[in-house]
Amino acid sequence: MSASFYTKPANNGNAGVAMETSWDSNPGRQRTLQPITTGASVLAIKYNAGVIMVADTLGSYGSLAKFRSIPRVLRVNDATVAAASGDLADMQFLNTVVENHAIDEEIHEHGIAYSPASLHSWLTRVMYNRRSRINPLWNTYIVAGTEAGQPFLGYVNMLGVAFKEDCLATGFGSHLCLGLLREALDAAGGYAGLTEETATSALEACLRVLYYRDCRAYNQYQLANVPVAKPAQVSGPHFLQSDWSVAKLVKHYTE
Amino acid sequence: ARPHPTMSSIGTGYDLDVSEYSPEGKLFQVEYAHKAVESSGTAVGICCRDGVVLAVENIVTSKLYETNCNRRVFHIDRHIGMAASGLLPDARAVARHAREEAADYRQSHGEPMPLSELASRVSNLMHAYTMYSAVRPFGCGVLLAAFENGRPQLYGVEPSGVYYSYHGYAIGKAKQNARTEIEKLKLAELSAANGVKEAAKIIYSCHDEVKDKYFELDLSLTSAETAGRHVIVTGEQWTEASNYAKAALEEHDSDDDV
Repeated sequence: MSASFYTKPANNGNAGVAMETSWDSNPGRQRTLQPITTGASVLAIKYNAGVIMVADTLGSYGSLAKFRSIPRVLRVNDATVAAASGDLADMQFLNTVVENHAIDEEIHEHGIAYSPASLHSWLTRVMYNRRSRINPLWNTYIVAGTEAGQPFLGYVNMLGVAFKEDCLATGFGSHLCLGLLREALDAAGGYAGLTEETATSALEACLRVLYYRDCRAYNQYQLANVPVAKPAQVSGPHFLQSDWSVAKLVKHYTE
Repeated sequence: ARPHPTMSSIGTGYDLDVSEYSPEGKLFQVEYAHKAVESSGTAVGICCRDGVVLAVENIVTSKLYETNCNRRVFHIDRHIGMAASGLLPDARAVARHAREEAADYRQSHGEPMPLSELASRVSNLMHAYTMYSAVRPFGCGVLLAAFENGRPQLYGVEPSGVYYSYHGYAIGKAKQNARTEIEKLKLAELSAANGVKEAAKIIYSCHDEVKDKYFELDLSLTSAETAGRHVIVTGEQWTEASNYAKAALEEHDSDDDV
C-alpha cells in the first residue's frame, strides 16, 4: 500500500527472520555470542513406512536443569515435523515464524503446503543467511516427514550446513548415538527393512545412553512419528526407564 | 461540483468524491458502494447452537470458468471465516488486510485473534476509505464468523464501515428475503450440521433463476465439530446440503401447483 489511510495498531509485525538493523546504525545491538537456555540432542531415523524423531523436554541453563517440560518438537503440518537443539529462544522464535507460514498456507487453500524438503530448504537459507551476518540462530534443526510418498530426513545447523540422511542426530547424540542408529539400519539392510517397533526401540535405547552419559540430557521426551500414508503425530511426554544401580559401585557413593 | 449529465438525478452534483457531503448529509459514494453490494449474489451467515455457517450465492457469469476458482468464502487465520458480497477484488483486499491483522495479533499476543477485535479492525479499515477523496469506498460487504470459547459469533461489516454483531444476517441482492427466512429458523436449537443445510436452502430459495442462471454454492462451517476451525464445506457434506436445498425448492414449487 502506498499511502496509509489506515494504520494498524502498533504491533511487532510478522518479524521476518532476516529483519534486523545494521551494526553501523545501531551499535548497541549485539550479535549472538553464546546460547543461553539450551536443548540437548535430537535423534531421528527412517523406517520402512515413515520416519520417527525424538527429543527430550529439558531446557538447560548452563549446567542447571532449569526447565524440565519444554517441547522441542514442532508439528508443521500432516506431512512435516521439525525439532531443534541449541538455544531455545532462537528455536521458539523460528518455530513461530514457521508456524505463521504454515497458517498462511493453510488459509490460502491452494493445496500447497510446506513439504519437509521445502521446509528444510527454507531453514537452510535462513540459517546460512544469519551465519553470513555473524549473528546466527544457535540451533541445529532436524526436519522429518513424507516427501513425494517417501520418508524424508534432513539436518541444518547454525552454520547453514545441510544434508539429508537415513538417520540423524544433533549434539552429543551425533557422538554417542549415530553409530548405534547406523548399526540398526545396517542390521536391517537399510531403512526399508526396519520396522516401526525396531526403530522406536533403537531410538529409545539411544535416549537411554544419552541420559546415562550426557550431563545435559533428560529422561522425559517427545516422540514424533510421520508415517508415509498417515498424518504426523507428536506424542509425549514419555518417560525413560533407567537403571542407576551401578552407582553403588562408585567409591564414596552413599545412598 | 459539476452536474453529471448521464447519471440519474439522485446524487447529482454531490457524488464525485466520497469526501463530499450532500446538502441532506449523505455520502453518495458510500451509498453507491452499497448498491454494488446489493447487485451482487446474496451472502448469508447463521449462528447455530454449536457453530456458525456462512453461505454465498456465488453467481457465475460464464460456463467456461473452472468450478470453485473464485470462491467468495475466505479463511482469515484458522479460526475465522469471511463471506463477501459485492465486488470480489475489493473483498479480496479486505481479506488480505484481515489476514494481516490476524497474523500480527497472533504473533504479538501468542493467541488467535478474537473475532470482536478483528471485526473492529475491518470496520476501521473500511471506514478509513470513506474519508478521503483520493480513494473510493470498498464495494463489498463482509460477514465474519468464528466459534470462540463455545460461543458462535457473527459480525457483518458494510461499505460505510458500520458493523454489528448478529445472530443471523444476509447481504446482497436477496438480503430481505434471506433475512426473513433466517428469522423463521429456531437458531438456539439448530445444530451447525443442520445449519449448513438450512443455509443452502435459503440461498437456493432466494436465487433468481431468471436473472442469474448459473451459480455456485459456497458453504463454510466453524463449529464445535470442527474444533473451532473454519472449514470450507466440500464433498459429501456439500452435496447433502445442496440436494436438501434443491429438494426443498422442488417441494415448494410443487406446492404452487394447484
